Formats: sequence, C-alpha cells, structure tokens
Amino acid sequence: MTSIPFSDRFALYDLVVAYGALIDAGEFDSWLGLFAERCTYHILPRENYELGLPAGLVFCDSRAVLEDRIGALREANKYNIHTDRHLIGLPRLIGEEGGEALVEAPFAVFQTDQEGETRLFATGLYRDRIVGEGDTLKFRDKLVLLDTFAVPSLLATPL
Amino acid sequence: MLTAEIWPALDYSRVPYRLYHDPEAYEREQERIFRGPTWHFLALAAEIPGNGDFRATHVGDTPVIVNRGADGLVHAFVNRCAHRGALVRRELTGNATEHTCIYHQWCYGLDGALRSIPFRRGVRGKGGLDAGFDMGSHGLRRLRVEAINGALFGTLADDAEPLLDYLGAPVVAQVRRLFDRPVRVLGYNRQRIRANWKLYAENTRDNYHASLLHEFLVTFGLDRSTQVGGVTMDRRHRHNITWAEAESDTAEIASQAYGDARVRSNYLTLQEPELVRFRRERADPLNLAVTSVFPGAVFVQISNSLAVRQIRPRGVDEVEIFQTMLGYEDDPPEMMLHRLRQANLVGPAGLVSMEDGEAIEIVHRASRPETDGATVIELGGAGVISDRDYRVTDVPLRGFWSYYAELLGIEPVGAVR
Repeated sequence: MTSIPFSDRFALYDLVVAYGALIDAGEFDSWLGLFAERCTYHILPRENYELGLPAGLVFCDSRAVLEDRIGALREANKYNIHTDRHLIGLPRLIGEEGGEALVEAPFAVFQTDQEGETRLFATGLYRDRIVGEGDTLKFRDKLVLLDTFAVPSLLATPL
Repeated sequence: MLTAEIWPALDYSRVPYRLYHDPEAYEREQERIFRGPTWHFLALAAEIPGNGDFRATHVGDTPVIVNRGADGLVHAFVNRCAHRGALVRRELTGNATEHTCIYHQWCYGLDGALRSIPFRRGVRGKGGLDAGFDMGSHGLRRLRVEAINGALFGTLADDAEPLLDYLGAPVVAQVRRLFDRPVRVLGYNRQRIRANWKLYAENTRDNYHASLLHEFLVTFGLDRSTQVGGVTMDRRHRHNITWAEAESDTAEIASQAYGDARVRSNYLTLQEPELVRFRRERADPLNLAVTSVFPGAVFVQISNSLAVRQIRPRGVDEVEIFQTMLGYEDDPPEMMLHRLRQANLVGPAGLVSMEDGEAIEIVHRASRPETDGATVIELGGAGVISDRDYRVTDVPLRGFWSYYAELLGIEPVGAVR
C-alpha cells in the first residue's frame, strides 16, 4: 500500500504526465518503471471494444509480454522514423476500489517525420488502474482505448 | 495510354513503377479486376449468424452490404441507392428487416430488391413517379455469393467462373483447412498505408523478404528461410500459398545461413516464450500458411495466430488493410488467450508485420518520380512461372502480374507465364 492518498491529485498527475513524456523522450526503461511489478497493457481498437471483442493491437497480459514488446521495438522492429508528442488531458478520478484508483484521461499523439511534417497519429482514452508501490504510484492496468483505429501507416512506439 | 508495350520483359520479371502510380491503371483495375470476373472475400457466416444480421464491406472501392435474409440465405449487394446513389446502409454492422436510404427513404429488402418508394403516386394525385416506373429493375446491384466452410465470397461479374474453379484445388484446400472448425471472431484491426494496393498484394506473395525485413522472425526462430517451405500456386498462378513447416531446420543451420549476427536467440531472449511458441493443431506440420487470393484476400496462419485480410484500395496512393482475427468456437479459454497473445505478431502493430507498412510506403514514395523505371522480380529465377519448394523466391509476384496483365488487357504478345 502507498502512503500517498489518491486524493493527492498532483501525485496522480505526475504519473500520467510522466507516462507520455517518457515515451516522447524514448526513455523506455524509465517508462517501464511506471508500471507495477504485476501489470497489464493493452491497446484496444474502439471498434472491438464496442463490439465486445477481445483482440487488441497490442496485448500484454503480463509485464513479461510488455517487456518483450519493448525489447523487440529496440532490437528487432523497423518502422517509420519519427518522433512522438503526447498531449494528455487532465486525468479524471473515477473511483477507488480495493486500494486501486480508477483513472481516465484523454490523449492525442502527434507524429513528426524527419522532415518536420507533423500529423495527428492517434486519439483515444486511457483507462488506468493505479496502485501504490512503496511511496510511488504505478500503473497496474493500462487500457489504451484507441479512437483512431484505422492506424495510419503502422503502430510501433507505445501510445 | 496503358498498352501491352508497357512490359520491359515478357516473363513479368520487370514491372514498371508507373503501374503503382497511374490513375488510369487504378480506374481500369477497379473496372476489370475488382468489378471484373474475380472473387472477393466478403465476410464470415459467423459474423451474420441471425436472419437480418448485416455487415458493410468493400469489393475494391465499391461499398457492399452482406446480410442474411429472412429465409436464412446470405445476400450481398452494392451499398448504393438506385435513386440518387447514396449509401443506403450507413452503419457497419447490425440487424435489420430492411435497408432504407435516409435521403428519400427508398426502401430495399434483405435481398436487395426495391420494396417501396415514398409518395410514389404523389400527393392528391399530383407528383410522384410515372405509372410506368419499374420497381423491379431498380433494386440494389446484387453480387453472386458462394461460400467455403462459412467464408463468404462475392463477385460483381455475371461471367465469373464458379468460386471453386477460380480458386483452384490447392487454395480451396487451404481455405477449408483454416475453416475446418467453426470460427469465432476475436476482433478487427485496420491499417491505412500510404502506398498502392498492389505493393501490399505483392508483399503477401514475397517469401524472400519475410525473414530479412522482419528481423523478429529470425531472432526467435519463428520463421526462417532455412525451414522446409515454399510457394504453391493455382494453375494460372494468380493465387499463392506461402508455407513453411515448423521445426524443420536447426539453430545451427540457420546460423550458418544468416551469419551468427542475425540469429540472436540468446541475445534477445523472450521473457514470455509463449509469444512465439507454436502449438500444433493439425496433422500437418505447417506453422506458416499465407494464402493470397487474387486480387485482395489473404488467409493467414502465423504460428497460432489466425486471420483473414481484405486489401481495400483507397485511390492510387492509399490502401486499407482490414484484418479479422480468428479463433475457433471450441478453443478452450487457455487457447483463446494464446491466440490473443500471438495477435501481437500480426496487424498494424505486429511484431512480425509492422515493417510491411513501412517497406511498401518507402517503395511507393521513392518509385513515384521514376516514370521509366521498373522493379526487379527474379528471385527463384526468371522465365516460366512455377511452384518452388524453397523459400528464397518471389516467383508468385510474377504470377500476380501475369493475371493482372490478362485482365487489364495488356498482356504482351509472347508472354511467358
């Protein structure tokens, strides 16, 4: 359990903001550190969500799979050369349940190519389950509900 | 003008870049290929199990509705009102007893027949349609529909050969294999690639690129060119099956072929080996079976991840890949979880497929200004087009182009096929 109460909004904001900033900076080790030891990470097209279908674009039902995806991104995958910019809206505390906070935040991700052309890559909603580990907050479950499910080009870096 | 003179080589080992960029070629493809005597994967019977269930889909860039009628039979028709050309059904999926255009409320039955027209006789004897207006000839344009084990195919051409003849025995066997048990849809994914649709159609037939572009495959021994495998085409080489057998090579053989630097299974070790572990499900040892049906359907098994893809052209410079992820009705929960995990391998974010989007985009981008240039297709040799029992080959691309040229009416005299 954490010593930080979820009513400490700044602690929640710090976690949510760090999430986007670390992806944009390409600091994936630190980014993985935002997740609890036992965690999940899913990117689910809104189309599937609305039809009640389980298949995700990214389906990490454990920390091991999440680490494998990041490992592959760094060591094996080839993708469009770009930088990301996350714009994350203020998180909304939906409720608390068994020592976990349910938090939602809207996001937009812009991609910029090597020649400086920017396009809107994705919008959607984060649906997070946040827990305390020691004196920090961590993501237990992160669901990226993807509005832009007609993925432009390809999806390599996490949203 | 597109003519038979366009081909630099009679065996389709050179394809002019122009064919990926020419608006005239695109229009002729829609007319002679997509609306021509070819068959297209529409949907799965499992997606419209109940009477009145419908799904919107595409044949080329033509919008199509496929639905199950009150009689339980599947009907498909062009989703375009006979009156003003509006989309009749705007929703992508649902259940209905009829389809009514919102614009003037012309109403069609589940068989596509025109049922009713508001104010057909006008108001108080004035206005409306002439008495001679023929409702019977103003239905929605119907597709012929045929099915293989619940995989629904349609064609807009009355003169298309029967589906089984069109596909040929090897492809029919692969479709039957994938659908040998009732399937369950696990989800959809969509990808918009800024490239001509034919670059994607070629990519699915290109065995040569797989383990070179998709480094993840080699790194984890999921799929290597040293495996027993090859390419099998139909009699006319328009379709192709790329196949490989599981565990048919060794790490030692692979290391020799790729050079130790490329086979790095110890360098990047998976925390979750289930991501790539193949669980054999059938008597045959295939862990890779990618069946490309001309022009725009792909039936895919990569390890235990199963899917059908539709290649949907969106103009000369863009293509949508619409993929339906599959499992089987009788999958135990654990197997379903395995398939959902292995869905990480495929699709727009796939560990062994995301590169395809980038590869064909950079071809499209760099080839556009090269109006006189041509691509080289010679892996596995030039000359007569035939099956290969090895993997370093792109011969099926030449098969694709040979049938393409035939349908577009630009086959050169003395073509080698």
